[in-house]
Amino acid sequence: MVTGYGPIERLVRLWLPVGFFLVLALFPFYWMAVTSLKPNAELYNRRIMPLVVHNPTLKHYIDLLTETSFLVWTWNTMLVAVVSTAISLVLGVMLAYPLARMRFAGAGLIAMTVAAVYLVPQPLLFIPLADLINRLDLGNTLTAVILTYPTMLVPFCAWLLLGYFKTVPMELEEAARIDGAGRLQTMRRIFLPLCTPGFISAGIFAFTLSQNEFLYALIFLTQSAVRTVPVGVIAELIRGDVFYWGQLMAGALLGSIPVAIIYSFFVEHYVAGLTSGSVKG
Amino acid sequence: MSIRSEPLTGSARPTRRAASLGVWLDRQSVFSWLMMAPPLLFLAALVGYPFCYGILLSLQDRPVAHVGTFVGLKNFMTDFKDAIFWRVTLNTFVYTAIATVLKMVGGLALALAMNQQFPMKNLVRALMLLPFIVPTVLSTVAWMWILDPAFSVFNWFLIALGVPKPGPSWLGNPVLAMGSIIVINTWRGLPFYGITLLAGLQTVPPELYEAATIDGAGGWQRFRYVTLPLLQPIILIVTLFSVIFTFADFQLVYVLTHGGPQNATNLFATYAFDIAMGAGQLGLGASVALTMLPALALLIIALTIYLRRR
Repeated sequence: MVTGYGPIERLVRLWLPVGFFLVLALFPFYWMAVTSLKPNAELYNRRIMPLVVHNPTLKHYIDLLTETSFLVWTWNTMLVAVVSTAISLVLGVMLAYPLARMRFAGAGLIAMTVAAVYLVPQPLLFIPLADLINRLDLGNTLTAVILTYPTMLVPFCAWLLLGYFKTVPMELEEAARIDGAGRLQTMRRIFLPLCTPGFISAGIFAFTLSQNEFLYALIFLTQSAVRTVPVGVIAELIRGDVFYWGQLMAGALLGSIPVAIIYSFFVEHYVAGLTSGSVKG
Repeated sequence: MSIRSEPLTGSARPTRRAASLGVWLDRQSVFSWLMMAPPLLFLAALVGYPFCYGILLSLQDRPVAHVGTFVGLKNFMTDFKDAIFWRVTLNTFVYTAIATVLKMVGGLALALAMNQQFPMKNLVRALMLLPFIVPTVLSTVAWMWILDPAFSVFNWFLIALGVPKPGPSWLGNPVLAMGSIIVINTWRGLPFYGITLLAGLQTVPPELYEAATIDGAGGWQRFRYVTLPLLQPIILIVTLFSVIFTFADFQLVYVLTHGGPQNATNLFATYAFDIAMGAGQLGLGASVALTMLPALALLIIALTIYLRRR
């Protein structure tokens, strides 16, 4: 492309728009951090300039960790996210591998179904699922969400992995087949080890989606001991009309950190998965 | 693969039988269906069955913890005579349409701005994606505090600039509340558009721009006649995805306004939730949720066919 802009043109074309988008994207996080560090006297004083902290305190964090079940919610969120991601990856591979590698009647139909199921949004299913979970007597158990999260994650992982599997060359598998390896053996020993980047992409996405899930957790988990972070924060730090803003912001920030850390390690895989054009937006 | 293996003769020795079982299992169709059976059964039980059961529920008068009675299309009749239902329908379409346009235009601008060489580009890109990866409920709580009626940081600045106290009621005024949820939905979805379109921009061969420049095309013309046509498939996919999940949005509205003030921000998903979980009318709630189906089905079919074609 044309290069050699002057400094003013570069400012207008590059730094102003990038700066605008960056401030827009990050301001709410800055505001979380600032609020969580302010003492209440400062938080609820409209005369003080609000953008900086004048007397920082960790009181809200200490209260959040000692007076609420935030650590329990964090543990629940992690447990649910890890288990449902693992289930979804395994089931996703079982769908994606045959679709990517085998020729059989009905393959096209199954691939269509998987894509369509992936696109069915939760609000279409939550009422019958709520009744189903009730009848199975799974209300207020983590099993309820561990079972229901994969309904979104399995088609998602299958779709993302299917795209990835198709990019892996077939020669190694063909060689293994000629050497007499069975199909299952070829898949497990030869093929799957080649697909680690695909698993990382799908795994991070599934993990972020489970951390983000709210509707099922809201409906199925109504006791503090089994809640996840999003539901716990909404249900227990807002009591009637009373908002504990300092704790809310501390909770929002701490709740965002695990996802942000995992994401920062694998950001390239995340972007690769994102741009394969198969992610919910 | 319609040829069946020869039936085993009774005198076959166990080893031969095992061998032919192996051969049978090695067939592509057998292997595939056995492999796909567990996930397909799982999806049938927890997506297919609830989906059909939801349709059945929508045809029942079904208070929570009671047995349902079949009432035919009565729930849908109730919906169509309900003024709130039509308000919800209008809200959902307005919300989806405006948020989608904002995300598309903003995302394209973000992608074009990021498609230049500058230091720490990868770090900036990673930071830009944060709104998209952080749990929606948690970032929405931050927005709720940013827009708080008494302590809004925006209003602090507006008042400092001379706007009369207490400043706009961002979530209390019906129009401003709708504007707020649209902006926050845009804030969350923009990085998804931006980064996906950026990846699309990077696949545009530079020679095309050079050729266009030689032919005398200006910056706008290069964008209009080179960039846009090449990005069109990506824009289409991203938009369809985004429309589906904006149309069925729940968390943002539930947390920020609960559909208020006076249903000004109530969407299909939040209204169905109110009726089913709040008022305990599972049948009526299911009917509200199912009214999303025709529009969603069209979008889902369009996108599924498009994804398959690629």
